[in-house]
Amino acid sequence: MSSLSVSERTAISVEDVSVTYRTSFERAPTLRSTVLRLGRRERVVREIEAVRNVTFDVPHGTVLGIVGANGAGKSTVVRTVAGILPPSSGRVEVHGRVSTLLALGVGFNRKLSGRDNVVLGGLAAGLKRDQLAEKYDDIVAFAELEDFMDMPMRTYSSGMYGRLAFSVAVNMEPDILLIDEALSVGDARFRRKSARKMRELCSEDRTVVLVSHALGTIQELADQAIWMDKGRLRMWDEPDAVVNAYTEFLEVGQDAVALEDM
Amino acid sequence: MSTPTVSRPHPHRREDEFTGERHVYVPHSVGLPPLGSYMRELWRRREFAVELARTKLREQNFDTAFGQIWLVLNPMLLALVYFILVDILRASDSRNSEFFAHLVAGLFAFMLIHNALTVGVRSVTKGGRLILNSAFPRALLPLSAVITSFMRFLPTIVIYIPIHLASGLPVNANTLWVLPILALLLFLAAGLSMLVAAAQVYFRDLSNFLPYVLRIWLYVSPVLYYADEVPQRYKWLLDVNPLGGLLTAWSDVLNGGHAPQAASMLLGLAWGIGVFVVAGLFFLSREREFAVRL
Repeated sequence: MSSLSVSERTAISVEDVSVTYRTSFERAPTLRSTVLRLGRRERVVREIEAVRNVTFDVPHGTVLGIVGANGAGKSTVVRTVAGILPPSSGRVEVHGRVSTLLALGVGFNRKLSGRDNVVLGGLAAGLKRDQLAEKYDDIVAFAELEDFMDMPMRTYSSGMYGRLAFSVAVNMEPDILLIDEALSVGDARFRRKSARKMRELCSEDRTVVLVSHALGTIQELADQAIWMDKGRLRMWDEPDAVVNAYTEFLEVGQDAVALEDM
Repeated sequence: MSTPTVSRPHPHRREDEFTGERHVYVPHSVGLPPLGSYMRELWRRREFAVELARTKLREQNFDTAFGQIWLVLNPMLLALVYFILVDILRASDSRNSEFFAHLVAGLFAFMLIHNALTVGVRSVTKGGRLILNSAFPRALLPLSAVITSFMRFLPTIVIYIPIHLASGLPVNANTLWVLPILALLLFLAAGLSMLVAAAQVYFRDLSNFLPYVLRIWLYVSPVLYYADEVPQRYKWLLDVNPLGGLLTAWSDVLNGGHAPQAASMLLGLAWGIGVFVVAGLFFLSREREFAVRL
């Protein structure tokens, strides 16, 4: 490892990245409403600065936890690292094969069977058919969904959805695993099983980025943690220090909110 | 700004946005992702587009025996209805079987575009979770709709061949012109599919009035009549119609048995490639927004 240059030991490097996007806050944007709105000269497009000048890097084999309030830009950062949302400025460099487990899970078409969804998801992620076939049995076995893979996903319970998504993400044998709020799926038994799998993955030489509101999980699994607040990187330190600072901030914040209400 | 610890790639070293082991994500220049690596990634995931197209057909039950019969029956009934309609409207001396072959060929070529658009328009908005969860060239979604449409076009060739032969139409070297025309039709279908798929993200009611646009488009295309029957005052309709040149050439080749006129081929070429390039660039420039607009 020591013979490798610094850039090769860095799994993820995020340099001064900002992500700004425009989105419409209409319920459903339609041509009809756009024409009507032109008459009234209203605008419903809002610019959102989701991430502002964030810089951090993650060495290979490190588990990075990300904490922060809702809307702090955690998910946007993870999506940028995954390549789903290109940065507006700055630069992201990722070394290694990435597997994502973001908040929404697999199953993009509920009419299709679990098998079709897994295959399509895998092919979209750039896997070859034989690579997929190799992993398919492990995925199904881990999710414990042997009897359900040929049934349409609309018949799945939400726990089954989550189990399949988790199983797909961890069984892709990625170099880098990005997980956004998706650890607490399934029943108590599956949760224990997935926690065990996570510990196993984290102890291997694998890079994991973990977004979670479960601060205990971050403290237990992560080697480093960052705290994001309103799109900015507020703190980057040991998990215990970050979690302590964050909880302290939360209590103050909550008091402030409580006072405002009176 | 530069960080000394991070080795900077050489300026003209290719930066692969999606490929292999090293990914670099930088702001898109003039709103476009790096085209070279985009195309390579697109090609690398072609299996995804084919599998998605196949799944789409399976979803519509076209893998069952009755589903496949429907795949043949539906365009045949459509051709028959339009033939009767046109025959009644003409009232005068009834049309011959050659005209029927012209109508069937034109209608099936039009259905290739029609199906690509009706499947393609919702391809991005329906790919919601896939788009939110994984990085891949989004153009695969509307392009997959073109593959679906092409798969549905194949059985119509089987219907057309006996009609062509029974009408005593020639099969000669000129018949090979159908291949470049078909290729241009596919480029047009791909371009338009990308266009409506991207537009649907911003205007969700587009898919509701697309069927009406398509019906009007069919009526102004030389399908229910021969191109040379169009009165002089309406000739311009064939030029502004992206399908005008191509369907004129299509009928010249299949029905007339002679090589298409250079003018209609050039018109078709300009529309096919032009729409493909413009709509493709439009789609690529918008696709960054899809993940936040869904």
